[in-house]
Amino acid sequence: MTDTAPAGAWTTGRLIQVDRPSDRLVRLRFHVEDRVDHWPGQHYVLRLRAPDGYTAQRSYSIASDPHDPLLELMIECLPDGEVSGFMHDVAEVGDEFELRGPIGGWFTWTGEQPALVVVGGSGVVPAVSMARYAKRLGLTDRLRVVAVARTYDELPYAAELERYGAFLALTRENVGARVAHPPYPDELVPLAEGVERAYVCGSVGFASFATRLLGEVGVRSDTIRVEQFGATS
Amino acid sequence: MPVTRGFFGKRRDAGERADRLPPGQYDTGQGWPTLTAEVTPHLVPEQWTMTVDGHVETPTTWSWREIHALPASSYVGDIHCVTTWSKFDTTFAGVSVDTLLEAAGPRPEAAYVMAHSTTGYTTNLPLADVTGGKAWVVWEYDGRPLPVEHGGPVRLLVPHLYFWKSAKWVTRLELMVKDRPGFWEQNGYHDRGDPWLEQRYQGDP
Repeated sequence: MTDTAPAGAWTTGRLIQVDRPSDRLVRLRFHVEDRVDHWPGQHYVLRLRAPDGYTAQRSYSIASDPHDPLLELMIECLPDGEVSGFMHDVAEVGDEFELRGPIGGWFTWTGEQPALVVVGGSGVVPAVSMARYAKRLGLTDRLRVVAVARTYDELPYAAELERYGAFLALTRENVGARVAHPPYPDELVPLAEGVERAYVCGSVGFASFATRLLGEVGVRSDTIRVEQFGATS
Repeated sequence: MPVTRGFFGKRRDAGERADRLPPGQYDTGQGWPTLTAEVTPHLVPEQWTMTVDGHVETPTTWSWREIHALPASSYVGDIHCVTTWSKFDTTFAGVSVDTLLEAAGPRPEAAYVMAHSTTGYTTNLPLADVTGGKAWVVWEYDGRPLPVEHGGPVRLLVPHLYFWKSAKWVTRLELMVKDRPGFWEQNGYHDRGDPWLEQRYQGDP
């Protein structure tokens, strides 16, 4: 691996596959012209253009493995979301979109360090790219994923993450003997052992919770990379 | 670029404020999204200091109490984040960067500034972008102490550039002869970051 993250210019993505795994999620798979291979954890900007030239653009984390022939995004539909709502309600197979990416050189994992990834809600998306990458390259022993959601059905990619051995912490649903609760420190201790880097992705409130939790189990704060979204009011 | 099938845009209601929205931005309204790459630090104001050094005549450090004794200065206006939200009519208060530079005395060869945060975050700016009443070190937002998730107790404010240039938890301005990339600038973002020119990423004009 070179030490500079790849970056791509504006290009066109044709929508090849769309599905809506829940009423709040839309999974989009694009064929991207002149695609630049990404690193797991990077993102793309998706831009919509109206007939009068008005545009709206947002950044979305990549879910796909770099070797996937298509680029996959999983977008959570936000209340009144101008881009997410359009992709959820209107976008169809065959539509073309302006895409720019990959972008970002910080929240990336390319397998060199043993890492613990703590993600919440739609923040799981970059962890999915990392886990798919780890699976393909046989690096699964270097990547531990903790995915937090209210219920199993609300967690994007829940079944796939489970197959990769991720620990799913559900806060509103009991799983076997585990009573609904955010992850406890003692659940993270074995996962944090020996990690040299940690990643946190989720809402502002989740990121604050997860970084505190990582601190409690002995992960140094200067090894934690954070990606958070959403607003404070 | 082709039009997106079926897209007409929802957020056309900026009305009289439409001309205050740079290209590709939307009005976030009352919300204030946050963008942070590192663990949010919890600084004790009494242990925080602000330093101006590098290519200056008199490297100077102020304590929390000393910087509050400097002439107060405030900003009322809009802020723009590279993640495409803009927030109208914000109010920040603190001290003008001009006041700090006046004390430290930039040497004639100084042309750039690296802002350093307590977390190790850095961002680079042309000196001309932090002088002439364009930049502040602020500790108040909307008349209250700046919230920690927005950089409290103290952050840099350079509102005419994308907001990653307004380093949270700022502790040092280093004056430099040559430009060098800061944290996001090493990670694909633009060296200057003018929202009106849409200088979001490296390679933008």
